[in-house]
Amino acid sequence: MTARPWWKTALGVVLTAFMLFPVYWMVNVSLTRTQDLRGTPRWFPAAPTFDGYASALAQQLPALGTSLVIGFGCVALTVVIAAPAGYALAILRLRGGRTLNFLLLAAQMIPAVVMAMGFYAVYVNLGLLNTVWGLIVADSTIAVPFGVLLYSTFMAGIPRELVQAARIDGAGVWRIFRSIVLPVSRNSTVTVSLFAFLWAWSDFIFASTLNRAGEFVPITLGIYRYIGNNTTQWNAIMATAVVASLPAAILLVVAQRYVAAGVTAGAVKD
Amino acid sequence: MTRNLLHSAATSVEPARRASGGGAAGRAPAAPARRQQRRRFFPGDPQQWSAVGFAVPLLAYLVAFYAYPLWRNIELSLHGYTVRAFVQGDPEFVGFTNYVEVFTSDTFPVALFNTVVFTLVSIAFQYAIGLVLAVFFRANFRLSSVLRALFLVPWLLPLIVSSSTWAWMLNSENGIVNSVIEAFGGQQINWLTSPETALISVIIANIWLGIPFNLVILYSGLQQIPGELYEAASLDGASAWQRFRHITFPLLRPVTAITLLLGFIYTLKVVDVVWIMTTGGPGDASLILAVWSYREAFGTGQPEFSPAAAIGNLLIVLALVFGFIHLRMQRSWERK
Repeated sequence: MTARPWWKTALGVVLTAFMLFPVYWMVNVSLTRTQDLRGTPRWFPAAPTFDGYASALAQQLPALGTSLVIGFGCVALTVVIAAPAGYALAILRLRGGRTLNFLLLAAQMIPAVVMAMGFYAVYVNLGLLNTVWGLIVADSTIAVPFGVLLYSTFMAGIPRELVQAARIDGAGVWRIFRSIVLPVSRNSTVTVSLFAFLWAWSDFIFASTLNRAGEFVPITLGIYRYIGNNTTQWNAIMATAVVASLPAAILLVVAQRYVAAGVTAGAVKD
Repeated sequence: MTRNLLHSAATSVEPARRASGGGAAGRAPAAPARRQQRRRFFPGDPQQWSAVGFAVPLLAYLVAFYAYPLWRNIELSLHGYTVRAFVQGDPEFVGFTNYVEVFTSDTFPVALFNTVVFTLVSIAFQYAIGLVLAVFFRANFRLSSVLRALFLVPWLLPLIVSSSTWAWMLNSENGIVNSVIEAFGGQQINWLTSPETALISVIIANIWLGIPFNLVILYSGLQQIPGELYEAASLDGASAWQRFRHITFPLLRPVTAITLLLGFIYTLKVVDVVWIMTTGGPGDASLILAVWSYREAFGTGQPEFSPAAAIGNLLIVLALVFGFIHLRMQRSWERK
């Protein structure tokens, strides 16, 4: 395998193109004129237009803002809960850690539709239906168990000598956490934040159940309502879809390493 | 972060054991005599108190946002909840009536059958395609890492985006799929609106969504297989197929098991793809258990929370059974 055969690259490009065809199609339709949507589809936008984007943005800008707020809220909540818990499990060796790990694994297996129903019942009584806060909390349940397991796995690999040395120098548990463990675990923080954001941004089930009559709807629900309202304007629907895909695309470009790490980590511990 | 997959499997279940490699290092000094009583109670171990302190946010979180909603869900399934009862808080206790109703309804066998087909077919194709691609990408060629990264895109897109794109591609009149079929002289297929093809359509979209995950996991599993094995096999004159059959596949078995189990648990939970593409229809043609539960609770104008919760709890049991197998497998690796 010394030579790098060009035909493999060619085949790889073809396979990737085939795989990403739906993504291309989304972009293609988003640039198509409304009158060209009917009948035989066109492989390329013959007369590309941004009409779809104009109407999408006009209507969906608030929803994009809402999703951003929910995404960042989710990241903050997840990291605040998960990082100290990982520290307790991996470095302070919390007694009963095995049981807690087991619970976290089990928590990730609960179907979202069940959680949605439970949250609905709870939120009805608390008056948290249709609120951004309610969605931040519900969405964070997707990421918190994953976050704790990721942090604790990484922290378990931190050399004991590092913690020991700090302890001898008189640092307390809080100081060690803040000045050593957290900075060293920076990559885990990036991965956890990235996924917490993406999952909250992409969530449809919680949004469509806990925020059905809300004033501020996230972008996923915006697209869904859009489809329900005007099935002829697929260029606008697809334009919204393209815009909603931007965070994922950006994160894939700038943080691909963390994405791949997160997928494998999730696989081992989901 | 690209750590050994199996290794992190072991540490994920039990970080404590690996960390104890340093013996008593990093532990608050405690007299051995005290250890007996500390098993139940730890006044002499300040580190345990701080450990609990750092874990308190998580414990409170799990109780408030996992245990309590789940408990409410069980409660829903044991009572006759209506919208009115929700508001007034006086539902009638009905025991297992909701479960009996669900299991004896005409929809149940249909939904169960669809769930089995949806899960098995999805997983089989996701895994097979993912494996072929992983083996293909293992040979480092020009652009291979870039292309591999691009394969993650479907996995990262919001489900509403991919599902609605597929819905438009499969549109009977204006969809690209039918247009290609007709160009080759075929008949127009009503993918999403005819009972024969609705389930197949959502399965196709779901397979597409699952390929990246399988590819990444299996690829990292392949990275663990020592290259010398392949070199030795090549020297012995083994063909590519023989190398795959006698080296790659057997050594990948643990990763395969994990991938399939997780695939099962994920696929069992799927709601969005099916709901957005077909809402489980036409009729119940593409209705799977999770979608049925969603439809009963939120999908019609008439919320039926109690049967929906019963279906949901059945799903939990199924997922946990497979999750338990998954955990047992991880444990058995640790012992190796």
